[in-house]
Amino acid sequence: MSLEPAVDAQGLVRRFGDDAALDNVSLQVQPGELYGVIGPDGSGKTTLFRVLVTLLLPDEGSARVLGRDVVNDLWDLRARVGYMPGRFSLYPDLSVAENLGFFASLFNTTVAAARETIAPIWVQLEQFSARRAGALSGGMKQKLALCCALVHRPEILILDEPTTGVDAVSRREFWGLLRRLRDEGLPIVVSTPYMDEAGLCDRVSLMQDGKLLVTDRPAEIERRYPLPLFAVRGDNVLGLLGALRRFPHAASVWPFGESLHYTDARTDSEPGMIARELSQYVESAGFREASIQPIAAGIEDAFMWYMSQGQAA
Amino acid sequence: MRTILFLVRKEFLQIFRDHTTVAQIFMIPVVQLLVLSNAATFDLKQTRLLVVDEDRTTVSAGLVQRLEGGRQFRVVRQAPSDQVAEQALLDRDVTAVLHIPRHFEEDLVQHRRAKVQLILNAEEGSAAGIIQSNATTILSDYARELSATLPAGRRSFTGTMRPAPLDLRTQRWFNPTRNYKHYMVPALLVALTTIIGLLLTAQNITREYELGTLEQLNVTPMTKLQFIAAKLIPFWLLSLVIFTIGLTIGKLVFGIPMRGNLVLVYLALMVYLIVVLGLGLWISTITRTQQQAMFVAFFVILIFLLMGGLFTPLDSMPDWAQAVAEANPVKHFVFIMRSVLVKGAGLETVGTTILGLAAAGLAVLMLAVRRYRKYAA
Repeated sequence: MSLEPAVDAQGLVRRFGDDAALDNVSLQVQPGELYGVIGPDGSGKTTLFRVLVTLLLPDEGSARVLGRDVVNDLWDLRARVGYMPGRFSLYPDLSVAENLGFFASLFNTTVAAARETIAPIWVQLEQFSARRAGALSGGMKQKLALCCALVHRPEILILDEPTTGVDAVSRREFWGLLRRLRDEGLPIVVSTPYMDEAGLCDRVSLMQDGKLLVTDRPAEIERRYPLPLFAVRGDNVLGLLGALRRFPHAASVWPFGESLHYTDARTDSEPGMIARELSQYVESAGFREASIQPIAAGIEDAFMWYMSQGQAA
Repeated sequence: MRTILFLVRKEFLQIFRDHTTVAQIFMIPVVQLLVLSNAATFDLKQTRLLVVDEDRTTVSAGLVQRLEGGRQFRVVRQAPSDQVAEQALLDRDVTAVLHIPRHFEEDLVQHRRAKVQLILNAEEGSAAGIIQSNATTILSDYARELSATLPAGRRSFTGTMRPAPLDLRTQRWFNPTRNYKHYMVPALLVALTTIIGLLLTAQNITREYELGTLEQLNVTPMTKLQFIAAKLIPFWLLSLVIFTIGLTIGKLVFGIPMRGNLVLVYLALMVYLIVVLGLGLWISTITRTQQQAMFVAFFVILIFLLMGGLFTPLDSMPDWAQAVAEANPVKHFVFIMRSVLVKGAGLETVGTTILGLAAAGLAVLMLAVRRYRKYAA
């Protein structure tokens, strides 16, 4: 395996009319890395991936995948990239085995030759091999799509939102498969709108409005959270949310499941003091049973923070 | 080459997997051919005739009898006055009214000249024309007979009773029995092959676009030419089969003549199909949804068929329309089919037309390959 980056994109710009779907995007994916691109719908993830898999020409900038230029070396590259589009894109009227065989044949190979590569996924799919792809469950469809993307033994996987619309158990299984492939040395670039999946990647980029806001290891992104953060629980969560947002030092307040995550704008105060101040404030606002605890930021806190900063900028 | 083979195999797999599609492909042309050949006819069955006979003599009765005798006309009513007749025409109860005035026989005998009136519903112009000419023929035949048998009165020949100075004898070549189906069935066969081929191909690539499978295909090393070729071949083969079924029905059920060389028919068909299917594939590359593709395909089919000389003779169209029709592949293939099957024409007659179709086929295929993008929107 070479030391060249698996993906090396520099200053990619792609416009649709007046909108820049990609606005000066640069990124590097290292060999054997599981790289996540996290962002809401419409942030430009699909456009970025389409440029990387030679389906879309960039207006500006350049990208090399596996050391090959996505514009000039596209034929060489297409044989080496495994791509899963965001929408399920296999033939619903063909069976599981037929779909797999068809895509293998287009790459001038056979399913048997790829047996070892697809084995971990195939064991789950095999029992459905005669079933039509259109009749599979959401999770099984995605596993079949992954199989089809792997059937020509690509040197890199580029997966556009492979877990969107898939149930929680299947999502976990799917990520298990991805990490297993990564462990075998296959570089993977994957996008997802689910922030909780970011923590499963080696490195992630947060994408919004065609720009990459931040790129780092998930733990590093959590650690770099710049302000004190608190979890607030109480009976009347909605009331608490309103009250906390009116607190003069509030930087942000977001509902997180049962609780609220409150970020204080002050960097010079000690967390314990802020907590005491807060509980006095909410009590005076009429919320008796509220509990306030300083917490370490999770990846979602960090992303919410960067995204609100991005919007402000 | 292997890639094309795999793509073609997949295409066949998909076509034959869906039983309703298979039924549509094979049943619809058969049913349409059987039904349309009987429906789309210029042959006039019996014309419903109302007679207002104010004369009521043997001569007037003989006239009516003569009209009925040709089986062209059937007297469905007798009426005493023109008013009833007018209403019957309005109600489409009858197509024609024969008015024999009083003193018809008397006039004939005395003056050797008498008037009859034939009123036609001429809403359908060409049909009315045929009825009129049929009626005129019968009436003048009768008049000629009468002039020989009636007692001589005053000698003053006028009008239709005078022997014609010209003796026109018509011979019907190529279709001596004037069997309308011999003329229409080959053309209908062209129409059906065109419709099926164009609709199937026009939807096909658009369907892959809608399914998202096109995106998955586009990242494979498959080339544009391979893709278009693999889309063309299955429908080309299918269309050959459909045509053959249709031709067999034409021969067995309608007894269409096959005077020319069938090899020539198939040579022309093979070339013609490339034009039609290439056009369908081109439509498929410029549309985004199957619905759009269907609309465009229907538009093209309608123009092709109406300006193809199938139902209406091209000679009666304005010059500009005839010029446009020259670019219509249906027109040329209908010409080839009718020439070879009905008239027994050979390569010397249809050769250039086939070459023209081949050039068009090549052009339209290149257009489809060029227009098909291996890129996302």
